[in-house]
Amino acid sequence: MIVVRNLRKSFGDVKAVNGVSFEARDGEITGLLGPNGAGKTTTLRMLYSLLPPDQGEIRIDGLDPTRDAMEIKRTLGVVPDSRGLYSRLTARENISYYGELHGMSRAKIRERIAHLVETLDMADFIDRRTEGFSQGQRVKVAIARAMVHTPQTVLMDEPSNGLDVMSTRALREYVRGLRRDGHSVVLSTHIMQEVAALCDRIVIIAKGEVAADGTADQLLQRSGCDSLEDAFVKLIGSEEGLLA
Amino acid sequence: MKGLATVFRKEVRENIRDRRALFNSLLLGPLLFPLLFVGLMWFLESAEQERAEQTLELPVIGADHAPSLIRYLEQQGAVIQPEPEDPEAMVRNQERPVVLRILPDYPEKWAQGLPAPVEVIIDPSRQESNAAIRRVKVLLAGYGQQIAALRLQLRGVSPQLASPVMVRDVDLSTPKSRAILAVIFLPYVLMITAFTGATHLAMDTTAGEKERKSLEPLLINPVPRWEIMTGKMLTTMVFAMASLALTLVSFRIVLPYMPVGAFGMDLTLGVHTLLKILLVISPVAVLAAALLTLLASFAKSYREAQSYMGLVILIPMIPSLIFMANPIKAEAWMMNVPLFSQNLLIGEIIREESVTLSWYAASFASTMVIGLVLAVMAANLYNRPRLIFSGS
Repeated sequence: MIVVRNLRKSFGDVKAVNGVSFEARDGEITGLLGPNGAGKTTTLRMLYSLLPPDQGEIRIDGLDPTRDAMEIKRTLGVVPDSRGLYSRLTARENISYYGELHGMSRAKIRERIAHLVETLDMADFIDRRTEGFSQGQRVKVAIARAMVHTPQTVLMDEPSNGLDVMSTRALREYVRGLRRDGHSVVLSTHIMQEVAALCDRIVIIAKGEVAADGTADQLLQRSGCDSLEDAFVKLIGSEEGLLA
Repeated sequence: MKGLATVFRKEVRENIRDRRALFNSLLLGPLLFPLLFVGLMWFLESAEQERAEQTLELPVIGADHAPSLIRYLEQQGAVIQPEPEDPEAMVRNQERPVVLRILPDYPEKWAQGLPAPVEVIIDPSRQESNAAIRRVKVLLAGYGQQIAALRLQLRGVSPQLASPVMVRDVDLSTPKSRAILAVIFLPYVLMITAFTGATHLAMDTTAGEKERKSLEPLLINPVPRWEIMTGKMLTTMVFAMASLALTLVSFRIVLPYMPVGAFGMDLTLGVHTLLKILLVISPVAVLAAALLTLLASFAKSYREAQSYMGLVILIPMIPSLIFMANPIKAEAWMMNVPLFSQNLLIGEIIREESVTLSWYAASFASTMVIGLVLAVMAANLYNRPRLIFSGS
């Protein structure tokens, strides 16, 4: 469960995030939708305590990232925008490294990886060095290493970026599985079909502010439009940066 | 500290699989420098010998004025050549190292018993002509002495009166202390190796990690940033130390193949000596790893980091270059200056001079303190978010 209240962050004169508030509940997928440069990544970086907010409040299962950074990092699974892997290590070694950094035992790591290999369908490449992996394989490894410690809350920044149709389907299936298991999932995207297909709640962010917030039906009603696409354009006030 | 150890283990494993890291840290310095050293020695020695054994071809202007001098030179093995058209140009163009000019008033002065003028046309700034110049001057001086002795005898004076002082060398230098080249060269090579051994790792673990876009996800793990950075620096130090150790071992293997005679060198590095040198230089590895990590952390990419490193590699050269230009005597205060102190101490160790323990301690401690201060700075660098995201 994530609660964000009036979050603000500036870089010099640029107000990247300018009063964002939303909630993300357990057992739900919350989508942060907005054009490029709307402040989605900055918001997420504050959630996973890599950036300190200038103002506002964040609570993740009652914890505050500015004060309980280490504790929060233990309960979060993050797939950030940067998903570099270590090309001289195998996929398994990449994932184990994160498991060890979380202080997990070797046996526990082995067990978790076996489970992730199955759910993410990684058996073909789990023991290969990640050099030359396809985008789909890379994202799977990046997700697996973020999930190795079985986090309750999952943050994903543009997870389907650069994926082909099959990989995108697999990813969505996996995220739905997380929802079934009662995790709280927050993902950012600029792709409308993604939120339409996946998200229970949609937070539309534009120019660092929340333009609208609710389920798909609520957004349709509020905008008086027939399609989600028209609703988005109307709610953020421009077509700039949105991708169908 | 568990996180630190995890990072260290992973970096070692990853870099052992990296051909570039192995080449830079474990092969380049340890193989290249000793071979370069020995090769250079052989080259110098053989070039020197060649010049000494060459017949001396000596163009002479006005040979007619001094037939007895010419005869003497020929007896001593010089090949007298006819008068060139432009002797100055000949020397300047390096056609001949020396041209001898016997001035027209030579016979007149000679007859009167006055110093008879002879000019030696040379360009001593040309290293390679020095051997020939020396030979001509020795020949001329020898001729002069011979004539002087004859003249004195003719006048009934013992020639010994003309040498009131007899100088004899009593050489106290041990063969080891004559190993001057090694005393300059070995510390120089080791200083550079400490840095080259650390360079690739320092860049790969920081700027490289940023470039591969694996830094941000790494920092999301519940491990304090200073532990992550320290784990990385520790890896860099270990590689730098390995590089140093291998270089020393390879010197030990290669030294017996050195041309000993020409340089009066008798240099064998015993295991005890090697360990002593390694201990003396180990704080430099810490210093190098910390300094290079600190600098590379600012770079957005491996390439950008590389452009900084070109300048940094000059730092370990400075002390050696100063000593080459101006050899100074080791004094206690110098032991507090990193790189200088190691340079001096390694020189003393090779010469097998005894050095007080307090000097070793001062050198070790002062360099270590500076290295650790830099390490603390580097360890906390990624607390600034701007450095994590720059370039992403």
